[in-house]
Amino acid sequence: MVLKELVYPIAFSFGQAVLSLCDAVGRFSLFVAQAARTCCCRRPHLNKLLAQMNAIGVNSFSVIFLTGLFSGMVFALQTYIGFQRVGGTQYIGSVVALAITRELGPVLTGLMVAGRAGSAITAELGFMRITEQIDALTTLCINPFQYLVVPRMLAGVLVLPCLALFSMAFGVFGGYFMCVNLLGLSPEDYVGSIRSFVELRDVMSGIFKAGVFGFVLTAVASYKGYYAQGGARGVGIATTESVVLSSVTILIVDCILTKLLGRL
Amino acid sequence: MDTIELVNLKKRFGSRWISKGINLSIPAEQMTAIVGGSGEGKSVLLKMIIGLLKPTSGRVLVEGTDIATLADHELDNHYKKFGYVFQAAALLDSLTVFENIGLPLLEQGMSRRQVAPMLKEKLALVNLKEECLKKYPSELSGGMRKRVGLARTLVTNPQIILYDEPTTGLDPITTRVIHNLMHSMQQQLKLTSIVVSHDVEIFNYADNVALLQDGQIRFFGSAQSVWQSNNPYIYQFIRGLAEGPIAIDPGTAEQAETRVLPSKFWRRKPSCRSTKTP
Repeated sequence: MVLKELVYPIAFSFGQAVLSLCDAVGRFSLFVAQAARTCCCRRPHLNKLLAQMNAIGVNSFSVIFLTGLFSGMVFALQTYIGFQRVGGTQYIGSVVALAITRELGPVLTGLMVAGRAGSAITAELGFMRITEQIDALTTLCINPFQYLVVPRMLAGVLVLPCLALFSMAFGVFGGYFMCVNLLGLSPEDYVGSIRSFVELRDVMSGIFKAGVFGFVLTAVASYKGYYAQGGARGVGIATTESVVLSSVTILIVDCILTKLLGRL
Repeated sequence: MDTIELVNLKKRFGSRWISKGINLSIPAEQMTAIVGGSGEGKSVLLKMIIGLLKPTSGRVLVEGTDIATLADHELDNHYKKFGYVFQAAALLDSLTVFENIGLPLLEQGMSRRQVAPMLKEKLALVNLKEECLKKYPSELSGGMRKRVGLARTLVTNPQIILYDEPTTGLDPITTRVIHNLMHSMQQQLKLTSIVVSHDVEIFNYADNVALLQDGQIRFFGSAQSVWQSNNPYIYQFIRGLAEGPIAIDPGTAEQAETRVLPSKFWRRKPSCRSTKTP
């Protein structure tokens, strides 16, 4: 009796959750596979790709500038407080630069672009879905993946590394500004420490990560928008889910990539 | 000769059956109106005919080919035969009217200069002026948007046009303009047209009428015979009666009893004013 009343509903709910997760993962995988196949088999629209690079990249530049600059400044300040206690302030430059190039630069870029451009992609595609614009493209023999999805995903993969590179530069400069102008550290110590301990592969791993994040956020945003349903409320829900899911996925993927790239 | 044949067509969303075995033959080069209540699956039926939705079971034969079995690349060829006029026109907001109408041609690689004369020709067919080519959909009225949608459909020279509630939300004058336009297209281009509508005025323009009720076709006949028909479903539907085989929820029934029927109907069939459901 207890088994029937307590265990069965829990097992049923758990089973349903697992099934819906598998369904969502399967649908997303098929979506990405179809986008990849379209990208390989059909000529991408260059003008649409450039328009999306502008929307995702150029229009996100100011956000990336502010995020990179202030995260570098705050990180340098916090590091200074800690390192002052153990007497290692001459190493702040390398710690700030390593953290920003390997981790903070790409991750913050991914998160900010997911919030700014990812939400816009979901809302736009979601609106097109509920107003039957995507169905209209299909009936006009225009492949919606080629026309809508592939340019966005390609733009994300191409633009995010550039944005991350700018974010890294602004972050390191922010750290320099904080350490040298406000905390009294000598420029030689800050720059010398970076030269001694930061290697090109640190920057390259950050850029690679950013490319992967660009793929993740545009794929999730496009997927959520493409399959949005339920009118204006449905588009709102899809947009929220898109930002949350892409942000969480970026953090999970970051963890996996850090482990994998750490071996190289 | 029948262009489209639906054989025992069924469609289910989750546990709800929308279509419960539709059998219908749609004659070529004629206008067939599919009428029915809201939520009866008329738009779903159109989307199954064109291939946007796959039926759960049954066959959609278009010129003898079962489109439910076609692969994606084969569907592309199938779409070329069709034009689809969406309920809200489904124009792309980010494109001008020129780009919207010319989209299928521009995507095939044609230049704007090559496309322009073809667009002007189609624009004239739907009674739109050239000035509107530079406008965006948000700058157009509802009727103009529908006409732009129709022009976009015509630009690919389809053999079959599907209209999904083409006059919903339009005033009576614009409704008549759109109906006349559809009729003249039909006459000039010898198209096979399928019109999904709530509006009984479509009977003045259509050759055939099908009534979709409870997932099945309850009536199919010529548009002229509709008003004389004793079929209880079409009788109740066109007269807007609360009593009859078409079940309506109690709230709607109360409204229906006090509803003023379309003036068009009273003009055409004044003797029906006191008629009761058989």
